[in-house]
Amino acid sequence: MINLEPNQKMIEVRNSINNLAKGMLRPIARKYDVNEHEYPKELDMFRSIKIMGGTKKKKKEGEEPKKDDKPAPKKLGTNLSTVISIEEMCWGDAGLLLSLPNAGLGNAAIAAVATDEQMERFGNKWAAMAITEPGSGSDSGSITATARLDGDEWVLNGEKIFVTCADRCDVVVVWATVDKKAGKSGIKSFVVEKDRPGFKLEKLEHKLGIRASDTGTFVLTDCRIPRTNLLGSEEVKTATEGFKGVMKTFDNTRPLVASMALGITRASLDFTREKIEESGTKLDYEKNLNNVSSLEKDFYLMEANLEAMRLLTWRAAWMADNGEFNNLEASMSKAKSGRWGTLITQKCCDLLGPLGYTQDHLAEKWMRDSKIMDIFEGTGQIQHLIVARNVLELSSKQLK
Amino acid sequence: MEEKDFSFGMCEEQRTMKETIARLVKGVVTDNAHDMDEKKAIPAEFIQKVWELGATISPIPEEYGGYGMEYSPIMNTIILEELAAGDMALAIAATLPSSFLYPILEMGTDEQKKKYIPPYCDATFKPCTVAINEPRFRFDAVSLETKAEKKGGSYVINGKKCFVPLAKDSGHMLVAADLDGKGQLFIVAKDNPGVTIGEREKNLGLYALETYPVTFENCEVPEADRLGGSNGCDYSKFLQKSRIALSAIGTGVSRASFEYARDYSKERVQFGEPIASRQSIAFMIAEMAYEVDGMRLLTWKAASALEAGKDAKRESYLAKIFAGDVTMKVTDYGVQILGGHGFIRDHPVERYYRNGRGIAILEGMATV
Repeated sequence: MINLEPNQKMIEVRNSINNLAKGMLRPIARKYDVNEHEYPKELDMFRSIKIMGGTKKKKKEGEEPKKDDKPAPKKLGTNLSTVISIEEMCWGDAGLLLSLPNAGLGNAAIAAVATDEQMERFGNKWAAMAITEPGSGSDSGSITATARLDGDEWVLNGEKIFVTCADRCDVVVVWATVDKKAGKSGIKSFVVEKDRPGFKLEKLEHKLGIRASDTGTFVLTDCRIPRTNLLGSEEVKTATEGFKGVMKTFDNTRPLVASMALGITRASLDFTREKIEESGTKLDYEKNLNNVSSLEKDFYLMEANLEAMRLLTWRAAWMADNGEFNNLEASMSKAKSGRWGTLITQKCCDLLGPLGYTQDHLAEKWMRDSKIMDIFEGTGQIQHLIVARNVLELSSKQLK
Repeated sequence: MEEKDFSFGMCEEQRTMKETIARLVKGVVTDNAHDMDEKKAIPAEFIQKVWELGATISPIPEEYGGYGMEYSPIMNTIILEELAAGDMALAIAATLPSSFLYPILEMGTDEQKKKYIPPYCDATFKPCTVAINEPRFRFDAVSLETKAEKKGGSYVINGKKCFVPLAKDSGHMLVAADLDGKGQLFIVAKDNPGVTIGEREKNLGLYALETYPVTFENCEVPEADRLGGSNGCDYSKFLQKSRIALSAIGTGVSRASFEYARDYSKERVQFGEPIASRQSIAFMIAEMAYEVDGMRLLTWKAASALEAGKDAKRESYLAKIFAGDVTMKVTDYGVQILGGHGFIRDHPVERYYRNGRGIAILEGMATV
């Protein structure tokens, strides 16, 4: 039965994470925007707190799901709980959220497919993810980094850019092809420890926004890693199933990025609302839009769009929690939130005037921070392609 | 009250209702919507068919002639979206009695309920209507120029209303008027000597829906016919429900435009391939898809607040302004994707575009 009234558990999660963000992230948001690349040591306390989803649970053999006469207690799904948490954290600071120890994208990849032995070795490491190359962005099937099996070792060569947590992480999950002729199905992911010879952090980028997050370039030159560092199966299948599996993880991560956009956008709107109300205008959600000032009208429409961003995002997360295929909805949430996050944070600066341009306030920073949400984990254009292919029922060949 | 699960999924009952309405719409409305628009009339049997589903009188207690089922604003948004996806004029006309009956049921005195509800819970659709909109620049439903004044044992109403659906055939109407600076509703009989129903209006859209201007000149209404009696009613609640209803209707109209343009773009071949294969078209279709979903979710969110017994002032306002804005964008895209063909009345997208303009402008013409 449709019911979009947040339940008690959702409200509790939101409030507790908001307190954390307000107390821990917001106060140091500007500090690490200015001091780009400096490790935010205040975040060490988060090593023990899981924000970005739970850890993989091992199922005991022979364990049956509990049967009970009573209806199942109302649980809050991991995905929904995570998007709510991320919105609050990014309301505090998005760059800092991306800098949380042991919560990199690589950690998610490891948690998803690692064997018990790999879990033992890498489970407690901070894992970054290296996919993008200078010549391979959205078309991640075209990567050229190679992995060659030599005895009991993989030998990796190539260059990886835009790696989040490049400096701070312990290990990097590197995408490379074991067989260029096999195309997408030849692409595998490998865990590379930072101290392996031939693995070099070339440089750290200077960015428009999310400066607290360290983004870097790695060069792999005959970098040797144990054969057991490969995640998943070694077998190169003729079909592209393996690659599709990797792409499917994006269905889970896209709503997370959408919720990051939500958090930044809400921060920007909250600040703008505060200033509007300080100036003596009461936002009462009552008058016809042609009977309010242009500023109020802009604000109301932005708030309505924020609500749409959130509901589209929560829907994608809720579907994932309920085991429903959400490729379309995940991309919808990111297409809407990425674009509108950018538009709204821009407009807030406009409405705020000088307060939106000075570094004395965070509005200018939110405008810079939000832009990446329409870019990483698939640009807005890629999201539109995915949505369009879904609703038009066209293949990637029919709609390029 | 026990807390319900947070859920985006329809339950069996909601799905069944959606499918039932969709079948009815497909069977009688979709193919006739063009004709209805051209002939500027909705055949009585279409309205009767919707009426016979019983959704309007379902939440009305048996003692007043209804079925005494659970009242669900969310279910009502589902019904309105489906009807409006068929035809917006029909959606307003066929559900119009609820705009008159629900406020009485919710906020009326016992006498008002006994007197005014049963006659309209008939097996045959009997129109009753609402008069909210006013024909003036910067009209706002929260600051009405139609005034009610207390004089002796009655209220005297003066003012002009417009877009009053089915006014000519309606036995009664709910009239929104300002009483001492706040909006109130009054039950007014059509044959009240202070009521003058003008010539049928000609509008940008909704050709099939009969709407009329209504003038109130020293229109005397007995004290007992002020909705809620001497304490009056919560006019804001009335507006909240109508805003959610219009958002649901906007979702339906926009969805219809989206679906038509989507299918057309796959069939229309230019430069040797369907225009859907071009990103310039495909991205518009994608945008329409998620904006329609966004509209529906905002509508459901506001209806969820009502269903939980909470105030939905903010939620219903945001849903309506979002729907008003986005319906224009989506129905505009619908015409644009069809190009010259979209401009020709043979295709429905031009009708969706004209009808859709009403979502942001109209107030009070439907309820959940």
